[in-house]
Amino acid sequence: MTKYIFSQDHKMIAKQYLITGLFMGIIGIAMSLLFRIQLAWPEQSFTIFEVILGKWAPEGVMDPNVYLALVTIHGTIMVFFVLTAGLSGTFSNLLIPLQIGARDMASGLLNMISFWLFFLSSTIMIASLFVEAGPAAAGWTIYPPLSALPQAQPGSGLGMTLWLVSMAIFIASSLLGSLNYIVTVINLRTKGMSMSRLPLTIWAFFVTAIIGVVSFPVLLSAALLLIMDRSFGTSFFLSDIFIQGEVLHYQGGSPVLYEHLFWFLGHPEVYIVLLPALGITSEIIATNSRKPIFGYRAMVASILAIAFLSTIVWGHHMFISGMNPFLGSVFTFTTLLIAIPSAVKAFNYITTLWKGNLQLNPAMLFSIGLVSTFISGGLTGIILGDSTLDINVHDTYFVVAHFHLVMGISALYGLFAGVYHWFPKMFGKMMNKNLGYVHFWVTAVCAYGVFFPMHFIGMAGLPRRYYTNTNFPYFDDIADINIVISLFAFAAGAAQLVFLYNFIHSIFYGKAAEQNPWKSNTMEWTTPVEHMHGNWPGEIPEVHRWAYDYSKPGQEEDWVSQIVPLKEGEEELQH
Amino acid sequence: MTAILTLTVLVLIGISIWQISKMFDLSQTERNTSQVANDNDNNTQGKLMFAFLVFIYLLTLYSFYAWGDVLLPEAASEHGSQYDNLMWISFALIFFVQTVTQALLYYFSYKYRGQKGKKALFYADNDVLEAIWTIIPVITLAGLILYGLYTWTTIMTVEENDEALVVELYAQQFNWKARYSGQDGVLGDANVRFLQDFDGKNQVGIDATDPNGLDDVIVQELHLPVGREIIFKMRSQDVLHSAYMPHFRAQMNCVPGMITEFAFTPVITTDEMRQKPDMIAKVKKINKIRVEKSKALVANGEEALEPYTFDYLLLCNKICGASHYNMQMKIIVETPEEYEKWIAQQPTFAQVIQ
Repeated sequence: MTKYIFSQDHKMIAKQYLITGLFMGIIGIAMSLLFRIQLAWPEQSFTIFEVILGKWAPEGVMDPNVYLALVTIHGTIMVFFVLTAGLSGTFSNLLIPLQIGARDMASGLLNMISFWLFFLSSTIMIASLFVEAGPAAAGWTIYPPLSALPQAQPGSGLGMTLWLVSMAIFIASSLLGSLNYIVTVINLRTKGMSMSRLPLTIWAFFVTAIIGVVSFPVLLSAALLLIMDRSFGTSFFLSDIFIQGEVLHYQGGSPVLYEHLFWFLGHPEVYIVLLPALGITSEIIATNSRKPIFGYRAMVASILAIAFLSTIVWGHHMFISGMNPFLGSVFTFTTLLIAIPSAVKAFNYITTLWKGNLQLNPAMLFSIGLVSTFISGGLTGIILGDSTLDINVHDTYFVVAHFHLVMGISALYGLFAGVYHWFPKMFGKMMNKNLGYVHFWVTAVCAYGVFFPMHFIGMAGLPRRYYTNTNFPYFDDIADINIVISLFAFAAGAAQLVFLYNFIHSIFYGKAAEQNPWKSNTMEWTTPVEHMHGNWPGEIPEVHRWAYDYSKPGQEEDWVSQIVPLKEGEEELQH
Repeated sequence: MTAILTLTVLVLIGISIWQISKMFDLSQTERNTSQVANDNDNNTQGKLMFAFLVFIYLLTLYSFYAWGDVLLPEAASEHGSQYDNLMWISFALIFFVQTVTQALLYYFSYKYRGQKGKKALFYADNDVLEAIWTIIPVITLAGLILYGLYTWTTIMTVEENDEALVVELYAQQFNWKARYSGQDGVLGDANVRFLQDFDGKNQVGIDATDPNGLDDVIVQELHLPVGREIIFKMRSQDVLHSAYMPHFRAQMNCVPGMITEFAFTPVITTDEMRQKPDMIAKVKKINKIRVEKSKALVANGEEALEPYTFDYLLLCNKICGASHYNMQMKIIVETPEEYEKWIAQQPTFAQVIQ
């Protein structure tokens, strides 16, 4: 019981996070496939809708409210439950103690509570799917008044209440986790593990946790104020409303205030999702290139710069919200600055590959894929971050294409890369590489197949969150693009089954892992394959060098573990 | 059509299942072999990396070939051409960077695919390189930011003046109304609390005691005189909506409890736009699609689709509830004479509430 369920061991908690995250991921992706059917063949009858949606799909035709609910919950689950908790929760927990040389997290108890709060919030979110009037359906950003008034849409009743409760618990979980990560990284590094010797994974998790602590509480306050407006008649976000033949009493509130509060978390959230993926990628690309990561200092500096900038750009989601255009100018300026550290990162990854000896393991493929989608998706950010250009593409499919590539697909690739790379550490088994290859290539082709054409529909002016565009003959000529996108989406969904099979099958029947299968320098590979509480059987080893002494001249092997002392006459690289 | 596509999906799913079962066999036999990439894997995967680069380029080319005509329709407002310039400059830049970086990324992945015994170059840092790829983006972005902010300020600076036409866009679940300021050029005060006055005839909640409001005109179809600046004042009575007019490169949210604004000058009338060669081609293409769809509908005993003629659109672009996808209003841009004639025929607020 204390070993598998109420475990305080960081490695077990990491696995719990991963498995819960993957389960939520299955639900989130399945929902997207359902609404892709509707988008490709609008308002047609499908037996699968009748079977899965029941009364919400009378005669097999999806109800518009259900479409909005699916879009909403898909977004919520993917952003928070899969890519925040599933990605950062899993790998922060697994790697922070192992890579800095600690026996466990600073507080095992808080860590356990953090996971169980996450589990509770997942359960509540899933439960909200079975509410009579349906789950929340106001978009994952749940802007009031739509989310505040049950008269405005059925999903804003009990479904929305559960959504808010679930998120409040999720935030508590995230804060406990983040505080734990910060304290652990600051206090529990082993002898010799100076901050400048930390692997980039740890830097990324550390900075991510700081952004989380800074911004998540603001979302909590937004959620609390929204709960007050909904249930106690306050007017924080509501004013002058007439709905269903009735004037409501709200006076003086502003939905724009909610937008500010939401995006004060919402934008940093993008980096809370992305930075851990970039950290994982840095580690995997260096290891598999058999080369030091290029520009370690610049990589750390760009993580810090991105983190800082991420907290002062939220207004670029609100250029046309009615806020003062001068604010729009300021946010355009800060937003486009983010391109600079991002470009530095991308170029450093590419240079790391240059003249490497690339070991193209599945984890490496996903990492290279991440750099690719990070560039493709990031570049269109230059258009969306420009207040002028945003006027015409705001809230169109152009935005959908942009953020899915740059944070959705990239972060998912980071998650997959991490799973393939650290599976031997987590489960003591190897995943099948050939299945990994199939998984990567089908996913990579389909990811571009789904999101590249979406830029075109967006530029044509089609708004997102439309149940169908058949009511606009003007958009009839993009109907076939929607079909192409959906077909790629289904194939991508099928590819994830390959991963799922590989994952589960390998846990039980995979080939037993060696202690250090990828010949990596970092400390987690110096622990025994069999998990033990406290990680190292004897004393915690001392660290003598940075994490990236790959192919160092004068060394026999093309790797040197961080715990190997410098040879006589060997100098540590000034980095 | 649908039947064929559904069939394709089924076939695709079938293939995946078959593939998975094949993998299963593979994984059985490979249990004892190493699951770390060997020279063979590196070679195959490296080549696939290069093939993928080709795939990305081909996908890009094909998309432009097949769907290039749906991109940004011709701008019909004065600031539209400024907007489009900035857009195409940004696009050219993005395309250049995308083409080069993806090429480097995948070419290196192919070129430096691993071989046993080969040793990578120990190359950890180079301040000059770092400086280069920090400074180049800094300069490029400085240019883009300055150009962007200049355009933004031009578009968003709305100055009240006597020549401009003031129009209120009024949003509610799930339709639009427009209110013209009438002879005096001033919109009367309004609030949702007046909506129930006059047995619901007060459609946008005008304060009947404000004399400015009596000559206001409320309509369901937006008529705009060409060549005259239009200052839009947006209101919403229930939830957030967004007034999106893609042909005019115009959008602004409608927020309950506050008035937002956006201004532009239409420069192409609806009739002129219909005569543009690109538009004629587009409408022809759309009607071809509609004729085909109609055949299927008629075969099912349903009504055929009406042929399409082009009109400017006002769409709702902020999720607002079940019928968000069908919250639209037609916009007609016409000559000032046609506009004057049309507006004179519309009843004023005073006439409506009598």
